[in-house]
Amino acid sequence: MPAHDVLVIGAGLAGQRAALAAAEQGVSVGIVSKVHPVRSHSNAAQGGINAALNPGDSWESHAFDTIKGSDYLGDQDAVEIMCREAPEEILHLEHLGVTFHRNEEGKLGTRAFGGASAARTYYVADITGQAIMHVLYEQLMKHADSVARYEEWFCTALALDEQGECCGVVTRNIADGSMELFEAKSVILACGGNGQVWKPTTNALICTGDGIAMAYRAGAKLMDMEMIQYHPTTLAGKGFLITEGARGEGAHLLNAKGERFMERYAPNKMELASRDVVSRAEQTEINEGRGFPDGTVALDITVVPKKRVHEALREIVLVGRDFAGVDITREPIHIKPGNHYTMGGVKTDVDGRTDIPGLYAAGETACVSVHGGNRLGANSLLDTLIFGRRSGADAASRAKRIDRSRPSKAVLEAEQAQVEAIAAREKGSGRRVSEIKLELGTTMDAKVAVFRDEAGIQEALETVRRLKQEAESAYVDDKGAVFNQDLLGAIELGYLLDNAECTCVAALERKESRGAQYRTDFPERNDEEWLKHIDLQLNDAGPEISYSEVTITQWEPQERTY
Amino acid sequence: MATYTLKVRRYQPESGKSPYWEEFDVDLDPSLSVLDGLLQAKDRDDGSLSVRCSCRAAICGSCGMKINGQSGLGCKTQIGEAHAAANRRGGTNGAAAPILIEPMGNMPVIKDLITDMESTHWTKIRRVTPWLLPHGEAPEREYVVEPESMIDITQSMACIQCGACVSSCLSMEADPDFIGPAALAKAYRFVGDPRDAETKERLHDLAHDPHGIYDCTHCFSCIDACPKGVAPMDQIMRLRRKAAEEGVDDDPNNGANHVNAFVKMIEKKGTNDEALLLQETYAPGVKGKLKPTKGAIKGLLGSLPVAIRGIKTGKMRSLPKLIPGVHPKLPGGAQDEVKAIYEHTEEHREEFNLYIRGEEDVEPEPDETKMEETA
Repeated sequence: MPAHDVLVIGAGLAGQRAALAAAEQGVSVGIVSKVHPVRSHSNAAQGGINAALNPGDSWESHAFDTIKGSDYLGDQDAVEIMCREAPEEILHLEHLGVTFHRNEEGKLGTRAFGGASAARTYYVADITGQAIMHVLYEQLMKHADSVARYEEWFCTALALDEQGECCGVVTRNIADGSMELFEAKSVILACGGNGQVWKPTTNALICTGDGIAMAYRAGAKLMDMEMIQYHPTTLAGKGFLITEGARGEGAHLLNAKGERFMERYAPNKMELASRDVVSRAEQTEINEGRGFPDGTVALDITVVPKKRVHEALREIVLVGRDFAGVDITREPIHIKPGNHYTMGGVKTDVDGRTDIPGLYAAGETACVSVHGGNRLGANSLLDTLIFGRRSGADAASRAKRIDRSRPSKAVLEAEQAQVEAIAAREKGSGRRVSEIKLELGTTMDAKVAVFRDEAGIQEALETVRRLKQEAESAYVDDKGAVFNQDLLGAIELGYLLDNAECTCVAALERKESRGAQYRTDFPERNDEEWLKHIDLQLNDAGPEISYSEVTITQWEPQERTY
Repeated sequence: MATYTLKVRRYQPESGKSPYWEEFDVDLDPSLSVLDGLLQAKDRDDGSLSVRCSCRAAICGSCGMKINGQSGLGCKTQIGEAHAAANRRGGTNGAAAPILIEPMGNMPVIKDLITDMESTHWTKIRRVTPWLLPHGEAPEREYVVEPESMIDITQSMACIQCGACVSSCLSMEADPDFIGPAALAKAYRFVGDPRDAETKERLHDLAHDPHGIYDCTHCFSCIDACPKGVAPMDQIMRLRRKAAEEGVDDDPNNGANHVNAFVKMIEKKGTNDEALLLQETYAPGVKGKLKPTKGAIKGLLGSLPVAIRGIKTGKMRSLPKLIPGVHPKLPGGAQDEVKAIYEHTEEHREEFNLYIRGEEDVEPEPDETKMEETA
């Protein structure tokens, strides 16, 4: 039975940063990931990472932009911490070897991004997430003595001791199918978001909300689950992401009549308004018949100088060429809003602590909350690193403080039985996992997307609950032990459905429009009743609703225009 | 929407069966990917069909595989194009050829399209000390470096560790211990990084390893295979040039001497004079006198079997034509043109880099203004 002081689940940016921070404190660290760490979805963060590091910029300005972007649902104490600590984190990454873009003087250079009042986005071409994550993985290889890596191990459940504290995780070694109970004094969930609940999505196939679902099942509170970001520029049908960096470099959004329609929605910031605003503007154009017949509008990158496109947006040149057959340096590319980011997640404090002692969450899995109702571009990488580091540090100091408690073997046995039960379902005994997943994704994209209303959300919720029933009998073809992806898919489907149910319940509950939650039946923001978080906790019947205060330090809610 | 046949090389380790081929018919839009086709087969027909995949957008590097014999990413290969390529290869008896899909090469297969990258790829990556080695205290702010230096190594940073280059590497097929294209491209990411303080040590290490930078045979397979334009072979050539610049020319492989011998010979004669190449590699002539390198005799003798095989198979010219000094000259003024190319190259030493120049400008155009733009 492997045992570590700190066990990190997930090896994207938040997980790797947490592991390195914990290891710095001299405790024993393990990092578990269902894919090889460099396959993690942090790779997909293209545009950059925000920090107020330029002379003349200030963390207060960054914090204000973030809070305004969040539609005042972000907790301001957490936002302050993130924005204050951002510059130091960027420098730390630079010292580790991240190949950040330089200005002519050879110093760190920036680009503009949406919702920001200054150019404060640091970047590596348009592979920023990949570049940072590969550098962190370099550090994990360097520190192999202090951080044990469990690459391609899948987690099925958290283990709690008799006091209700988290003391381990049940895992399955994907390579041979063996199940193990890992012991730990602190467990950090850094499993990313739940984009696969929707179809299409910019998210990778691995983004199945594992961490959120495992925490929820263990009794932890979730928060802001209704807040799901639709990114303004995704490829129609396939959902691939076109970085906001394109608009940061000056690209225009055009409707089918060739109008730069953002003039009507955000006359000051135009294409660089916050994402919820731009996505709604696009969807309005499309719904009112000013889009293209394929349900899109156009992103015109030809206005950006070609040399700059090749230097700074090369990945997008490739995405356009390989996945849409469009040379973006010559013609506009058709795009639409698409599912992108989970603002909500496992409720944590500013050190990543959930309300289960010993259980931490960081990155997209967590909801601290710094993003509130809408995340600003280039704040997600920052969130993963700042709160990954803080979680790792706090988890390590907890581990030093407490004695190890042994998780009961019962949880391992229960999980083994569950896995065997899935494998034992006969072919034809129910629906295929892939069918259920497809119905879930298309339903959520139709009903719980940019514009929502009670009837639609209710319908989605009923569908989700029916699919939960059907998932109980969904069968798998693969009965083997080695790399049984079929079986893991069935477990992931369970995670997805729990995530979806929580999102529907919270979206139904919030009877106002704020950030990414736009209710056509309640089109106004209503601070008097709804300037609060919706928390969800599992009870016998499903998610039970409670509320918590939004922390306001120095920025009183104002009307939000761009 | 069209129907395609995928012919997949399958291996189910728990079945006790040897690897076998299985065909799946899938229906999808030609603009979708081979991976989309595989996932449809997995979702509809057989959930045990195993393939690593995640992002579907050529950024995570999971779905390295061979498609019609060519290493690449399943998600980045359009199924319509793969179908056309298969048909160019030709079907039997006039039938449409299926799209052939196999696991990557140069790696053990675990199950179906899933290979063991840890024992090959990652072990080699760790071989090159893949982390930054700066000296002294970090500065209070960022390291101040040439902006171009960061853009230069960003080409290596663009590597997603998918293994397609390793899969296609012909040198590694001959020498499984070859450090290989991915790991050497990774090595350049540090060698080219001005913040790294152990450039010379790294170069010495990679040049002295018999499976290091001189084990590459310039076959271009890795450049063809790489889905991200990293051009691993170019990075290996940069390592060689850097090694020469840093004075690392005493490698036991005689790699640096071989390079110099070749460069000098082409400048002088225009084509390869095989007899002279061997001699110049092991005992370069300095002002008319031979100056044998360490181990020259051993090296020369060691090369004999290769030379004999070369003559036998017609890859080298016949013996009488190999008498040193007897070598046909290039016709007309061609030798002057070769010299002009050398001079031009000396004057324009900027290195091709996708992040500086962009793809379409890669087309060979003798257009100097373009080169100056990037300088």
